[in-house]
Amino acid sequence: MSNSVDLTKIKPYGDTLNDGAMQFSFTLPVPFGPEADEAAKILLQKMGVKDPSVVHSEDLGIGYTFFVAYGKTTYDVNYEDIDVPKVDNEVMDKYGVEDFINEHIKREIKIIGACTGTDAHTVGIDAIMNMKGYAGHYGLERYKKVETINMGAQVPNEVLLAKAIEENADAIIISQIVTQKEVHIKNLTNFIELVEAEGVRDKFILICGGPRIGHELAKELGFDAGFGRGSFAEDVASFVVNQIVDRDLV
Amino acid sequence: MKEVKKVGSKLNLDMNLVEKARGHAKEIAVDIQKFIDVHTTVTVERTVLRLLGVDGVDDIERPIPNIVVDEIRNNGGLDLGVSYWIGNAMLEYENKSPQEISEMVANGDIKITEIKQHDYEAIRTKIFEVAKKYIDRIDANRNKREEYLERLGEGAKPYLYVIVATGNIYEDVIQAKAAAIQGADIIAVIRTTAQSLLDYVPYGATTEGFGGTFATQENFKIMRKALDEVGEEVGRYIRLVNYASGLCMPEIAAMGALERLDVMLNDALYGILFRDINMQRTLVDQFFSRVINGYSGVIINTGEDNYLTTSDAYEEAHTVLASQLINEQFALLANLPEEQMGLGHAFEMNPTLKDGFVYELAQAQMAREIFPNAPLKYMPPTKYMTGDIFKGNVQDALFNMIAVLTKQDIQLLGMPTEAIHTPFLQDRSIAIENAKYIFNNMRSLGDDITFKEGGMIQSRAKSVLEEAEKMLMNIKDEGLMQTIEQGKFAGIKRAMDGGKGLSGVVKKDGKYFNPFIELMLGGGNNE
Repeated sequence: MSNSVDLTKIKPYGDTLNDGAMQFSFTLPVPFGPEADEAAKILLQKMGVKDPSVVHSEDLGIGYTFFVAYGKTTYDVNYEDIDVPKVDNEVMDKYGVEDFINEHIKREIKIIGACTGTDAHTVGIDAIMNMKGYAGHYGLERYKKVETINMGAQVPNEVLLAKAIEENADAIIISQIVTQKEVHIKNLTNFIELVEAEGVRDKFILICGGPRIGHELAKELGFDAGFGRGSFAEDVASFVVNQIVDRDLV
Repeated sequence: MKEVKKVGSKLNLDMNLVEKARGHAKEIAVDIQKFIDVHTTVTVERTVLRLLGVDGVDDIERPIPNIVVDEIRNNGGLDLGVSYWIGNAMLEYENKSPQEISEMVANGDIKITEIKQHDYEAIRTKIFEVAKKYIDRIDANRNKREEYLERLGEGAKPYLYVIVATGNIYEDVIQAKAAAIQGADIIAVIRTTAQSLLDYVPYGATTEGFGGTFATQENFKIMRKALDEVGEEVGRYIRLVNYASGLCMPEIAAMGALERLDVMLNDALYGILFRDINMQRTLVDQFFSRVINGYSGVIINTGEDNYLTTSDAYEEAHTVLASQLINEQFALLANLPEEQMGLGHAFEMNPTLKDGFVYELAQAQMAREIFPNAPLKYMPPTKYMTGDIFKGNVQDALFNMIAVLTKQDIQLLGMPTEAIHTPFLQDRSIAIENAKYIFNNMRSLGDDITFKEGGMIQSRAKSVLEEAEKMLMNIKDEGLMQTIEQGKFAGIKRAMDGGKGLSGVVKKDGKYFNPFIELMLGGGNNE
């Protein structure tokens, strides 16, 4: 970062520091034409965008218009004030996790996962749990001393919890991809309520994940950690093994 | 109107090996068909009721077809089939329609299995009379589709296929019409996420769904009407898609036949592997659903793309070909012609793979050459879409290039916002622009391209074909159900007696009959 950046007042960068340049694309429910372009400009001005310029507009066919626009924001952000809650253990690679288990846990650990509720999208849970993993990062199934049970899609919360208790799992991971109408929040909250009603909250490391889930949201809902976009099996594994030791679940 | 594609072989494929693989697939399907022929299921029987005109719900929203089938099953009579019991009741209560009889059952006015049993041949005759009326309605839909195609015409192939998924059928209509005006040829109304696991079909127009809209007969009707209207406006017939999958596979197919849907997602194995539906149940259900789709002129779309989102698209490419060949044979057993077999595949290789485009090209060309008459359905990148919409649009562009170069038929358009949200109005427009640009700009390039003898593309196709042949041979030797139990498809293991819906499978009595299978297959059961 250049020395001339004032971290207490950062602005978007187009081609000159602090020019505030941003690009926008959106649709307005009005017919294509000069009035539509004007409406888009006025909207951007109301959003605090200086000198908005509609560079492209397109008739979407049902009296609606799509815009691509540029402008300069008048807002700035104090970067130094930012504090994002994160999973704070160090992330180890697969071999690091395996060594950690051998050294500190000295037994096989068990991780159970599912895509719960009505969610039928297993791509996330599969990327974390299955042998193959994702983008060159092996899944948990491939880790030595880690036993995994991937229950797949549309698993009811009750069924997942019952299986976790039966299997005496160390960690439970829940993937939620579908987030329309906040369905994931209701479902994840329901799971925590079940775990608490069964009186087994302390026995498990509870993790949730998905493209629209972050650590902060997960903590708020009562999980131990949340893994969002760009997380891999090693992120989850490092957290689990550290928690087992930290929480004396060895 | 059999239109044979003039592709010629660019891959120099060993057609003897193709035929050998096809032969294995045939044996696999015929083996399973023996099981199918002696079984029925609760949804097959509900389908028969629906095709006999039975519809509606009771005061607590239970569909009448479910009430009647459950009543017969609970009294141990399902092995004879609902046709037998409804026909028998119609002889007892003269002038009552299947709908009226069913309502009497639902109201508790009659015990359908306790009525005096009439002459078997008389029962058959009675039911066939009614069945033929509904067959006429399906014929009329078929003719109407042909009339529309004749009068309005259709878009050039690859057809542009987009989805709508708002959850609200009336909002879906707005989006679907917009898409047609922007250039879409086919509209799919994505189903709400849990519908495949419901053992009943919801009723009426619906405005609430998660990630999609309930498939109901009323929703089908509303969307069909909207697409006919917009079709007149744009001067192209707009095809409508839904999903004959899950626990109500044949019921949805029947609803589609009655409401003139044009395309149905319909895979023989998908429900088993990806929805954990019991394999006995799905295999029986897929047969009747395909008989209906075949008869009503509906193009089926198979779900091979799903193997590739679960497994690696490069390493598991042969499983796609193997599954296509199996789907082809199951379809033929259900009398579904090649021209309606929208066999599926997908552009799902990791974008960082060196020469990934070349391998995708080989795979798509191979599907084209092995299934020259099938309206192949090509699925867009989804697994490696990241949220980077700019890169996503490039990935979709590469996918569109392969489609036009290899003459795919049905192009499910990739959305730059895949992996972010169900498509916004503008996302669909961007995707359609992308495809229109490439299809037009590269329209005839494929005709001018030949592949280097023994080069990368030919070699890749050769090795995928060889692996698929080997895989099919193993499946043939071990049996399809056993292979699935061992997890050889998509690495997913499913037990013969596991999964959902097994309790709905019933062994047929010798006197069982299903008038629609007989009428639709043109007399006699399949061989």
